[in-house]
Amino acid sequence: MMSQAVQYMARTRAYYEAQGFEVPYTWAHFDEIPFTPLARPLQESKVALITTAALYDRDADDVRKVATHTTSKIPERLYANDLSWDKQATHLNDLGSYFPLATLKQLVRDRRIGSICANFYCAPTEYSHRRTMEADAPEILERCRQDNADIALLVPL
Amino acid sequence: MPTVILGSAQDIVEHCGVPRFLFTDFPLGNPCGKPYDAEMQLSTVSHCFDVLEEATTAGLTVASPFQWDGDKTWRDRYLEIRNEDREKLRLKGEERKAQRKALRAAGRVRTE
Repeated sequence: MMSQAVQYMARTRAYYEAQGFEVPYTWAHFDEIPFTPLARPLQESKVALITTAALYDRDADDVRKVATHTTSKIPERLYANDLSWDKQATHLNDLGSYFPLATLKQLVRDRRIGSICANFYCAPTEYSHRRTMEADAPEILERCRQDNADIALLVPL
Repeated sequence: MPTVILGSAQDIVEHCGVPRFLFTDFPLGNPCGKPYDAEMQLSTVSHCFDVLEEATTAGLTVASPFQWDGDKTWRDRYLEIRNEDREKLRLKGEERKAQRKALRAAGRVRTE
């Protein structure tokens, strides 16, 4: 499966090395991976949608924070120009290609899933593992729990 | 909380280690499917929930069956470094270092 998949870590390492950054980024890695089975059938489950896109336009060096917004309607747009998606090969003009709220609403109508949380959650793309582990991830989890989420669907850009 | 990731950076996600992962082998930015292809997007997101239901242990990766039908050179071109780009990249790095130094001095850079 990996034979043709892009090796993003190696490409990124080489790219920043070519810019003169000598210390390569250390990607997050966990020897132990948590696993929580479904507590109830999907058709009875409430889904939390988590995206790395933002509700506002950001520069690459802007401080990024957890944010939430209502799922009662599809947002007019989200922002992700500060993230490293493939700007040569594709675009983000269609929200559904990376932020599947409309698709989730269809799956609710189809009774594939029970419901969607009242909010969706914007997760900051952070270089700092510490900040993600100690601040952002716990905050997102807490907000998901406040919204009675049964399942988390993470869709990183 | 039961969790599934829908994404396109297979090596990064698998290196991290996640409970369940549906891998879409598309250019970064369109993990849910091709832009404006609602049928593909519905199939892909629904597939995530199949993975959620079927996984019994952590670390499961399932590949979406869809293939990118755009420019076939996209895999080679992402962050491609050609010899003629090296000087421009070096200069870009110098500029970025200077910018970060200025932002750090102004307290605007995320730090550990």
